[in-house]
Amino acid sequence: MTTLGINPIACEAHGLCAELFPEWIALDEWGYPIIDERPIPAGLLDHARRAADACPTLALKLQSKRRSDLEGHA
Amino acid sequence: MSDGTTLPRLLSNAGPADPASLDRHLAVHGRTVLPSRRGVSDLIETVKRSGLRGRGGSGFPAGLKMQAVAAAPRRRRRVVVANGAEGEPASLKDDALLTRSPHLVLDGIAVAALAVDADEALLCVKAGPESPAHLLERAIAERSPIDRVIPSVVEVPNDYLIGEESALMNFLNTGRALPTFVPPRPFERGVGGRPTLVQNVETLAHLALIARHGAEWFRGVGVGDDPGSILITISGAVGAPGLYEIPGGMPLGALVDHVGGYSGPVQALLVGGYAGSWFSPERAGQLPLGHAAMRARGGTLGPGVLTVLSAGACGVAETARISRHLADHSAGQCGPCAFGLPSIADALERIAEGTGEPGAHRWIEHWSAQVSGRGACHHPDGAVRMVASALLLFADDVTRHETGDSCVATATERRTPADSFPPGSTRR
Repeated sequence: MTTLGINPIACEAHGLCAELFPEWIALDEWGYPIIDERPIPAGLLDHARRAADACPTLALKLQSKRRSDLEGHA
Repeated sequence: MSDGTTLPRLLSNAGPADPASLDRHLAVHGRTVLPSRRGVSDLIETVKRSGLRGRGGSGFPAGLKMQAVAAAPRRRRRVVVANGAEGEPASLKDDALLTRSPHLVLDGIAVAALAVDADEALLCVKAGPESPAHLLERAIAERSPIDRVIPSVVEVPNDYLIGEESALMNFLNTGRALPTFVPPRPFERGVGGRPTLVQNVETLAHLALIARHGAEWFRGVGVGDDPGSILITISGAVGAPGLYEIPGGMPLGALVDHVGGYSGPVQALLVGGYAGSWFSPERAGQLPLGHAAMRARGGTLGPGVLTVLSAGACGVAETARISRHLADHSAGQCGPCAFGLPSIADALERIAEGTGEPGAHRWIEHWSAQVSGRGACHHPDGAVRMVASALLLFADDVTRHETGDSCVATATERRTPADSFPPGSTRR
């Protein structure tokens, strides 16, 4: 399972991620990304990868989790 | 000291004698007990059995933390960091421990260093004119023949965020007191990238006594998930504000009785410090003062700080002031916190001054939802929780302010919680 995670310190609100993957990423009123935390459906993975690659500060990352990791998260 | 049910434990070093004196410390607390190499795992089990929770604000079980650092790969050199640089404005406990019972803290550091096999220890204190560094260095020098690891005293900025573990680590590593995006956590990579045990100085003081007297002794006061004693700073509209050592789980109302009761009509209590929650006096009276108990009720004990707001003050104005303090102390690294907290503080100030429009509090709810969970640390989450509890408790006042009515208190001068301490009010 793959999710999109963000490092909020590295993020500088360039907004490229939301432009490339609006199905999953919205911008708050200050321009910072609000990211859907669910596992990304297979059909959208390419968009997710492009969005992470486009981030100028490398703040956005694809994260692979085993199902057990996700369920154990408090 | 052998009777497990008497208090005080940590603050029993009262009196005019020199607090740096090792002899005086040993006379009060008995010989320092240190585990042998082989006894280390027994000690960690004892700490786990004692149920000691971190007293810096997290309430995290100390034994588990020690176990995690001790479990680092053998070849990696470990570090103990004692955090005595409390950044919570209204808290007195770390300063009091360091200046009244420094050897208890230093014993705790020695025990912790042995438990995790650390070869370095740092004792962090607030920089400034009242820094206890000198006193601590004298105490350290006096005991250097018996300490395997000689702690270094490090002065850190007097800043709210220094209570945040990653900010303290970052300061020690780079000189910048800014939170970092965890992981890795300090027990894996902390000071200099080494496995690091970070504990509040109060936690270490309790550890020193547990090493001497055992887990059952520690549990001789306190209840259930909050065993042992806890240092509580109570300020505001009570007879005798100051620092007190209480049994874990003591009902807040019983502590109020103990400190001379309320000094007049009271409208609210802030429990857990600036990132805590507001409660009505009726509800607050029944709150058990313990980390686990407060968490179970959706609140936090934090660093053990209680502020009592008199009926003559303005809850909205106090909340606005605290919210502004939290906004000012954002590290400014994460957009939602850097923008959201000032927006919330602005709105609260306008409401308090009676210049906000009707329904302004809905903006606060909106921004709070945008901010929660979207920072690298929990600073914005604490601010949002404090404000949410205020909007609930002071709902009538908010409505009155929004419709242009001001309350009597808005015109009066605001006081910081620390201002409400008479001089010399730190007490047992």
